[in-house]
Amino acid sequence: MRHHLILRTVSKLLIGAILLFGLYVQFHGDFSPGGGFQAGVIVAVAFILHGIVFGLGMVQRVFPRWLVHKLAAVGVLVYAGTGVLGMFLGYDFLDYGAFSPDHPSHGQHWGILAVELGVGITVAGVMVSVYYAFAGRPPQMSDEDW
Amino acid sequence: MPETWINIFLFVMLAATALAVVRTRHLFAVVMLSGVFSLLSALLFVTLDAVDVAFTEAAVGAGISTVLMLGTLALTSRREGPVSASRQLWALPIVVLTAAALVYGTLDMPGFGSPDAPAQRHIAPHYLGETASEIGIPNVVTAVLASYRGYDTLGETAVIFTAGVGVLLIISELGRRRRRDDEDEEGSVRNPEGAGDRIGGNSRSDGDIR
Repeated sequence: MRHHLILRTVSKLLIGAILLFGLYVQFHGDFSPGGGFQAGVIVAVAFILHGIVFGLGMVQRVFPRWLVHKLAAVGVLVYAGTGVLGMFLGYDFLDYGAFSPDHPSHGQHWGILAVELGVGITVAGVMVSVYYAFAGRPPQMSDEDW
Repeated sequence: MPETWINIFLFVMLAATALAVVRTRHLFAVVMLSGVFSLLSALLFVTLDAVDVAFTEAAVGAGISTVLMLGTLALTSRREGPVSASRQLWALPIVVLTAAALVYGTLDMPGFGSPDAPAQRHIAPHYLGETASEIGIPNVVTAVLASYRGYDTLGETAVIFTAGVGVLLIISELGRRRRRDDEDEEGSVRNPEGAGDRIGGNSRSDGDIR
């Protein structure tokens, strides 16, 4: 796909901005619309865009398949681990008050941050790995077929 | 009042898009139109002040789904096959009956935006009133999603993970690769890392050649 000059230049500019926006949505979800689900999708879109424009091989050098698959599981573990950590501290499962006993709403902030991070990691991992699974199948179409 | 007109306009556009999806045989156009459909629904959610949902709909419905559908199209056909006339004849009464049943079901529902609806009277007042003191963050949706309903969201995350695992098991080449390697073991230079490898090791070797 060497000939899409404008597409390649514009998406090079865009991918950084998309990733930055994904991080903003992830960590600003307490204050504005957004959160882990949306941020995970946005981050995944940055990699998918890279894959579409530069080819699957290029994006898998940056974000290899084994890493994507493991991230999908890591997110769930982060989420559940946050709950289990609260249990070790003597509170209920997923009771974020555990992280700051003197000031429960601070504990809530930490808990929500950790849990949303877990959601974001899983969503990004699953979306990218589903894209890899579809795009990695043999019959690749040439541009003219569309 | 202008909100009503915006809603009517968006619903008319939704119906037009849906009709176009039904009428078109070219599946590339159908995928693009379903992206438009998602975007219009996102606009409807915005007029309902449900910005978080609108955000998700725009990102997932209009963004990722469209890409995945295009990926599917690249693997299958781009034209919808003709449907036989007898099946078309059956479709109309089934659709009309289902729609009538759905409309009948809505008759028992509380009025649109009614403050007496059960959803508004049960625990919603607690969430809206106490989030500022109990959780201390401005976005009530995030507070409900991540803290009050943390169990549900854990379940949702697990569902997404399970769905991803399901897709990988069905269509990815991770399992198949091993079998193919076993088949053309002799004289094969394609995958020198060796056959019968573990899945993790196999996929790691994918990353650099593809």
